[in-house]
Amino acid sequence: MTAMLSLKGLRKTFNPDTVNEVRALQGVNLEVSDGSFVQLLGMNGSGKSTLLNAVAGSFFVDRGSIELNGADITRWPEHRRAKLIGRVFQNPFSGTSPNLSIAENFALAARRGEFRGLGWALNRSLMKELRDRIATLRMGLEDRLDNAIGSLSGGQRQALTLLMATWRKPKLLLLDEHTAALDPKSADQVIQLTEEVVKREKLTALMVTHSMQQAVSLGDRIVMLHRGQVAHDFSGPAKSRLRPEDLVDRFHEIRRRELLDERAAELLRNSYA
Amino acid sequence: MTLLLGALTIGLILSLLAMGVMISFRIFSVPDITTDGSITLGAAVAATLIVNGVDPVTATLVATVAGFVAGATTGVLHTQFKIDALLSGILVMTALYSINLRVMGRSNIPLLSNRTLGSMVSDFGTAVFGSERINLLGWMVSPADLALLLAALIAAAVAAVIVLWFFRTEVGTAMRATGDNAQMVRALGANVELYRIFGLATANGLIALSGALFAQYQGFADAQMGIGMVVWGLASVIIGEALTGGTRSLGLTLVGAIFGSVLFRLLVAIALRWGLNPNDLKLITAVFVFAALVLPGLAGRLRRGLAVK
Repeated sequence: MTAMLSLKGLRKTFNPDTVNEVRALQGVNLEVSDGSFVQLLGMNGSGKSTLLNAVAGSFFVDRGSIELNGADITRWPEHRRAKLIGRVFQNPFSGTSPNLSIAENFALAARRGEFRGLGWALNRSLMKELRDRIATLRMGLEDRLDNAIGSLSGGQRQALTLLMATWRKPKLLLLDEHTAALDPKSADQVIQLTEEVVKREKLTALMVTHSMQQAVSLGDRIVMLHRGQVAHDFSGPAKSRLRPEDLVDRFHEIRRRELLDERAAELLRNSYA
Repeated sequence: MTLLLGALTIGLILSLLAMGVMISFRIFSVPDITTDGSITLGAAVAATLIVNGVDPVTATLVATVAGFVAGATTGVLHTQFKIDALLSGILVMTALYSINLRVMGRSNIPLLSNRTLGSMVSDFGTAVFGSERINLLGWMVSPADLALLLAALIAAAVAAVIVLWFFRTEVGTAMRATGDNAQMVRALGANVELYRIFGLATANGLIALSGALFAQYQGFADAQMGIGMVVWGLASVIIGEALTGGTRSLGLTLVGAIFGSVLFRLLVAIALRWGLNPNDLKLITAVFVFAALVLPGLAGRLRRGLAVK
């Protein structure tokens, strides 16, 4: 298996040299092979979302390199990376343009990363394809293609965003807690859809989640981040044996170690300062 | 009757301004004050070229390009130098005040003795319909005035069709999404900064065109003519939205902006006729836009308040 995505020594510090300094990524090394579906876990502030945004190009990393599909994209601007990367955000409002119709939103997605010219955005063949593929969501949205996407529910919008992100097969799909803002029923629906599309299109995907259940049941690999570094990495049989409780244990272990660290630091401070 | 025709014609010419403001304010969500400078720039460039013997059509085109450049400058300040959009517009508008005076060489250029698009259309009207006043639905109107009105209508319609077509193309649709959700447009691989620059440039190109036509219609360009025009454009857009009932359809919104501009000009003409002091016009326009921006929200709160009780 060749590596589709290769991250080497990624470092990112926000607001350096100020009181708000945040060392979000502190040397992340990660190789993701073609067709692998990776679950990213970690506590708040562990750098999961930062890692995803670094790959997507929302900002440039301070150090390290990002290689995707054999190309060094470390210095590519966000819109250029979009040719290779499909994204679904945590906020259902982030992935769609509310005042544009469903069809127009998909017209944009259909040209992700391509040159946009002066041809009509909507044409008959696209509309037909749209109707067929949106019908597979079984949400009845195929008859509402001219409605503003802003009039739909969060779950519907997230399902559409997922379909938009994968309309043209991306080299890498980034899912940033894309069900966290949804009600449980919609979340299940979107997760099921995610599984379907990743499997059918054989996508390489990185998914950030807070749900141990999701992490265990989805994908073929779990990567746990802690303090901007990879703390655990389970794949193959180790991943399939994992239960949610095991993951919780790992978290407790990390937390315990951290408390010890702090106690040690306290001790040192007391004896030397 | 001449008064009514004049008001309609000016309303139609300024509907190009309204469309420009609609593009920057509604599509790109930028309240672009460059407008005040670029409408004058359009008038100044066109008038200066015309008095120097350039033919009016070329002069009008050059004026439009000048507005495009002014808008692009605002866009570059905003996107490349990360200056707040409002401040970028203020900077360019202020700079344009001096530039306009430089272009004109004085604060006012009369065009009454020159061949302009306005005089060409009037002459054409006289040539076709004769110089006698003609009876239009019981009104006696001069053929020249009628020809001017028709020409302004055609100009507004052509501009509206082009704007409508453009914002339905692949690139235009992506631009509409930019004002709506820039993050998404970036994630779908479009250069949002470039779009913003182009959008502001196009808006100001239209606005300068409006200024060039306005100067040729009224027969002079003046360094002060742009003051408050962005608010004027906003008023037209808001009236247009009220007329079309807050529709999402781009075509209707454009038609609304044209009707809004014409209706607003008519209301002003009537108010002036009734003895409104022209000096109060800007104040009244500003209060009107304030009310139009605030009232819908206030009405909603009032309704909810009543519902709670």
